[in-house]
Amino acid sequence: MKAQTKEKIESEASNVATAKSFSQWFHKGRINILVLIILFGSFFFIYVRMAKGKKLFIRKIAGLDAVEEAVGRSTEMGKPVLYCPGIGYLSDIATIASLTILGKVAKKTAEYETRIIMPNYDPLVMSAAQEIVKQSYTEGGRPDSFNEKDIFYLTQDQFGFAAGVDGIIMREKPGAIFFQGVFFAESLILAETGHSVGAIQIAGTDRVTQLPFFIASCDYTLIGEEMFAASSYLSRDPIMMGSIKGEDASKLTIVILIIVGAILGILGGLNIGPFGNWFYNFTNWFTRG
Amino acid sequence: MKRQIPLLLTFLTGVAIIISFFIPHKPFNQVQDTLLDWFIIISGFALLLGIYSLLRKHIIHIQKKDAGWGYSLILNSFFVGVFIVGIISAVQFKGMSLTPGSSLYYVYDYMVIPLSATMFSLLAFFIASAAYRAFRARKLNATLLLIAAVVVMLGRVPIVDNAFFKFLGQFSDWFMLIPQMAAKRGILIGIALGSFAMSLRIILGIERTYLQ
Repeated sequence: MKAQTKEKIESEASNVATAKSFSQWFHKGRINILVLIILFGSFFFIYVRMAKGKKLFIRKIAGLDAVEEAVGRSTEMGKPVLYCPGIGYLSDIATIASLTILGKVAKKTAEYETRIIMPNYDPLVMSAAQEIVKQSYTEGGRPDSFNEKDIFYLTQDQFGFAAGVDGIIMREKPGAIFFQGVFFAESLILAETGHSVGAIQIAGTDRVTQLPFFIASCDYTLIGEEMFAASSYLSRDPIMMGSIKGEDASKLTIVILIIVGAILGILGGLNIGPFGNWFYNFTNWFTRG
Repeated sequence: MKRQIPLLLTFLTGVAIIISFFIPHKPFNQVQDTLLDWFIIISGFALLLGIYSLLRKHIIHIQKKDAGWGYSLILNSFFVGVFIVGIISAVQFKGMSLTPGSSLYYVYDYMVIPLSATMFSLLAFFIASAAYRAFRARKLNATLLLIAAVVVMLGRVPIVDNAFFKFLGQFSDWFMLIPQMAAKRGILIGIALGSFAMSLRIILGIERTYLQ
């Protein structure tokens, strides 16, 4: 069949075939991700199953061991505890990890009958935090000490939030400050203000670019994965600890893969046998999709 | 039941999102967008809750004449003022209240942005004070940190154009690309696996603190 223009000029038949696109039932480009999810998921399930009823070892995390010390110090000084969940949303995994830590910190403040102040950037985080702190105070046997107004919304402007939290730090002069969650450029502004009032500061974030600022200004810093492990570490629940072991097994697998990749890369670079091709296929498999 | 239903909802939502990532076919490819729309709607209502929380706190401060109640008065007055300006701008510009030339745009341009910039500029002073403490060469680690920082800084901002500073530039590039990047990627792998384990704990209902 030949195509015809308005001027009746016919085009020559081409070899281009017609095609019709249709939705696929499986994204083949993402098979590498599926394989890794199954592999790492298996480690998770195996270790969670193995951990039931056992006492597992987990290395000491100084920042988490210091939670009690920080709340105790605040209580002795008669000062409140400030908990800042950062400027993340409830959909951020670091914010959820922060809320799990909040539950443990609030239980301690309830036991010590110390006031906890929590300014929020996201109203949804505020609602969740109010419920968590309320429950922690109930579990701590002090439901009457819970003050909903101390967990409040501030603003959704990044530096407005930083200014607001700085103001609270300067006015209330908390004895202990927790910075746990998602932080960006405001991290150092907050941490240095906290340092200036002499508060004991425990920070934690999954933002690699902000970690140096927290390490420089805070007494303890939970680096990335330590923050996600905090809930398991503080609860000492064997099943939760098993999930951390599963994480370690996944990490070991990644280390082995990196070593295999490095050896293939070196041998391939030296043009020895088929290693160059193998290295190309190996790295290509991980970067597809 | 009070716990089981939220846990079941969490499990189903988590599984649906994972499935939608691998199946680009209807209806699975729409799951994430639909849930994102729901999230935006809920966030909108939650913002009202946040505003209520903020204003109530400061109205109580003013009523009780607590220390610094004047600041609460300023906050509430500005909230009402900017709200009125926003409504007027929305009426004038048919809903596009932040259009250049509108009163709200003026407030944003001449009040919000300078205030944010002021806060951001404080960072320069805070970096200086934090760096002073971090780089005090009291221990071996701190000394190594100080040396690395000085070399990278001089390499990135050479004082004069000579062979020594050229070498420092190349060295700082190597330092940022190899040892620094290796450490950074190690942390990033840990974060990715930590997020993965945390997500699984939440989806499977092992982690329940957030549901209290």
